[in-house]
Amino acid sequence: MKLNVNGKDIEIDVEPDMPLLWALRDLVGLKGPKFGCGIAACGACTVHIDGEPTRSCSIAIEDVTGAVTTIEGISNGKDLHTVQKAWIEKQVPQCGYCQSGQIMGAVALLENNPNPTDEDIDETMSGNLCRCGSYPQIREAIKHAATLKVEA
Amino acid sequence: MGKILRRTFLIGTAAIAGGVAFGAYQLNKTYPNPLEDDLVEGETTFNPYVKITSDNTVTILVPRAEMGQGVTTTLAALVAEELDVDMADIKIEIAPASYAYYNSAMLADGAPLAHYNRSTMASVMRSSMSGLGKILGFQVTGGSSSVADAYDKLRLAGCTARETLKLTASAESGVAIAELKTESGKVILPDGKTLTYGELAEAAAKLDPPSDIKMRSASEWKILGKSTPRTDTLAKSTGAPIFGIDVELPDMLYASVKMNPRLGGKMRSFDATEAKKIKGVVDVIDITGPEEEKFGGGVAVIATNTWSAFKGVNAVKVEWDKGPYPATTDGIMDVIETALKAGNGDNLRDDGDVALAFADAPRDKVIEAQYRVPYLAHSTMEPMNATAQLKDGRLDIWTGTQAPTVVRSDCAYEAGVEEENTFIHSTYLGGGFGRRGEVDFARFAARVAKSTNGKPVKVIWTREEDMTHDTYRPASISNWKARIGDDGLPVAIDGQIATPSIVASVMARTFPSLSPIGPDNTITHGAFDQPYTVENYRVSGIKAPVDIPIGFWRSVGNSYTGFFQESFLDEVANKSNLDPIEMRLKLMKDHPTAVGVVKKVAEMANWSTPTTKGRAKGFAFTLSFGCWVAQIIEVVQTDDGIKIENVWCAADIGEALDPAIVKTQLQSGIIYGLSSALGQEITFTDGMVEQTNFDSFDAMRINQCPTMEIEILENADHRGGAGEPGTPPSIPALANAVHALTGKRIRSMPLSNEVEFYS
Repeated sequence: MKLNVNGKDIEIDVEPDMPLLWALRDLVGLKGPKFGCGIAACGACTVHIDGEPTRSCSIAIEDVTGAVTTIEGISNGKDLHTVQKAWIEKQVPQCGYCQSGQIMGAVALLENNPNPTDEDIDETMSGNLCRCGSYPQIREAIKHAATLKVEA
Repeated sequence: MGKILRRTFLIGTAAIAGGVAFGAYQLNKTYPNPLEDDLVEGETTFNPYVKITSDNTVTILVPRAEMGQGVTTTLAALVAEELDVDMADIKIEIAPASYAYYNSAMLADGAPLAHYNRSTMASVMRSSMSGLGKILGFQVTGGSSSVADAYDKLRLAGCTARETLKLTASAESGVAIAELKTESGKVILPDGKTLTYGELAEAAAKLDPPSDIKMRSASEWKILGKSTPRTDTLAKSTGAPIFGIDVELPDMLYASVKMNPRLGGKMRSFDATEAKKIKGVVDVIDITGPEEEKFGGGVAVIATNTWSAFKGVNAVKVEWDKGPYPATTDGIMDVIETALKAGNGDNLRDDGDVALAFADAPRDKVIEAQYRVPYLAHSTMEPMNATAQLKDGRLDIWTGTQAPTVVRSDCAYEAGVEEENTFIHSTYLGGGFGRRGEVDFARFAARVAKSTNGKPVKVIWTREEDMTHDTYRPASISNWKARIGDDGLPVAIDGQIATPSIVASVMARTFPSLSPIGPDNTITHGAFDQPYTVENYRVSGIKAPVDIPIGFWRSVGNSYTGFFQESFLDEVANKSNLDPIEMRLKLMKDHPTAVGVVKKVAEMANWSTPTTKGRAKGFAFTLSFGCWVAQIIEVVQTDDGIKIENVWCAADIGEALDPAIVKTQLQSGIIYGLSSALGQEITFTDGMVEQTNFDSFDAMRINQCPTMEIEILENADHRGGAGEPGTPPSIPALANAVHALTGKRIRSMPLSNEVEFYS
């Protein structure tokens, strides 16, 4: 099976019904996307396919036609992504397990809507569950990232 | 743990006898430094918390599980403050499993005493329980006790290392110790020359530390008392592989388990024919253990990847036996109700003469109510998992655990190897909330590793397995009665709380040879130990015999006792036409710390200003884990249901070492509590849990999350915790707000069964 992940073409030997999440974690060795539920109900596994936020636990590898970006692929190798910087400045993570998915959701949100309101954030991010309840900091960090983007 | 210790480990008041009986020898002995066996070249260690290498890398070992509560920051800061190293320069490691990292504060706080009870007898009980924690070598993260336990130990560790380094510098330079200063990992001589800790470490580690060392006072602190950036934020913002589920080892196999969904029931038979046809499936094995471990019967599917293992467990056909408890929620609640009616509980509070106070009470002066809460799952974001390798008589376990020494002894026993040949590699935890204090997931990994010919195997539960095989927060039914005096204040309160005993359930799984005696503090804590003075006041805890595995769920019994008592006091205030806050202030007037947080929160929320139509506020207070917490919640009626719009919280934990982390912990506890009230319940049918994933057992989402304002006060005399105390008052504060908004008094959780919330 051919796949483009974080800008690289790779080939993996995999059953076609394997969800993208497990192909990434067990075969490609990318542990950023997390397993939370397996039914697209929590968002911990969020990656981008051609820029679209996608729950990788619920898309079979045979249905993946676009370029996959995981959290490992959003920084340019040297500098963190603006959203990651905002996450650190606003001290968002607690246990941290859901945060890869939250960050991937936030990156996509800001691509589509560079200056989101609280309502925009709430609507877009409500598919990403956080059991530690880091939501107030997530809201702050997304708005902070929006200002950092403008400055950059 | 030795056999004698196991036999004498008693819970509750009886533990005093156990603690004292060990005598000074056991209490004074020190555990060896576990780091000594594992040093690499150029590395030295001073105590179980500090390692220094010759290149001046200072590593601080954090003895507790990092599950979001910030121990890898705050506990490290305790050492760094005394050692004089900058937080940005230190390396953090999670400590290995070792009795040297025992937690004595958690057991001390588990004594059946109110936090404010500082009598001589209470002090004897606390120090006995604390001694027991040391003797048992309990390396446990729980009870919101990490800072209270570490406060002296870790500062002393930093201080001792610093003074030993200065002693060495003095010997090398000929300058008197008193003239030496330390800063940023260096000893500074009077002429401005510096010696790095790395240069001094090897020689220093050979010296005995000086005996007349002195820890710094709070006024000299540079790190503690202020908010420090967390040390784990970068890893957690980049998807770093830091969790148990991320472990990857050469030649690793993957597995998943399928245990009897009728919890604790046996497996009659299984058919693995279809499962074995799945590509990637290597083997299907019976992992039923001995009956006393209570995990029930089941199978594990071993595969070459997680997905094949998941498909495998779904394809195994199993005939399950029935469970050891009633098959439906109604049947289970009947058992609890029967126990409640029979009474005969432990009265951890029994002031005045309650029976007499009600005997001649006029009917219109008596108010009664019954409350109920359901079973709840922890539902950590990271499903249960552990990786194990058993090879050449050595067992290695990689997992995120709140109880590494218990994991070590249980897994060693499981695999038939000695404890000294069993190594626990603790990872970060993708949520704990009490669930990862259990050992089932690690034990299953050790058990599966016996069948993989020395290959490591990562055993991951599906979300469905995790949700349906939890150690749940138990259901409870509770009766409350008050007699109201002429001034509207209660002159008598009688509360009875019936629930299965958490301590008994945990003990039966963890120490099957023991039967706990005495009262289970967790049934009524949060109710019997509140700072209210009422002339006749009784709180009774009744153990209900339901054999469903239950465990410590964030804030434990406080998670329901707070709801019971604080809802009831709201009802009393309503009946008396008193302001709920004014009434509380009168009842708690002997406790200035309580009065302080209540007045503060009232001011933050403008409580005295009437709310406009379609909005309402509710109040609640709970003292738990040494933290005095008052909350006000504001709800608003929208076209799409009731929305929680604002939460105000004032909390006093005494000295706050990192105010930002304390605040986010309280915030987290509040959201955890509100999540339960908004719609969580675990129900049973045909002996099986009905909720299997986040679609049927959800939690608060960002669009439901209120604006939160949290203030930390530091007036309390004794140190409290932060991880759990946000939870208990959040639930009744919401219920009281919903009553104020709708006139509907909801006495059964979750509230969503009776009103619609915005979602």
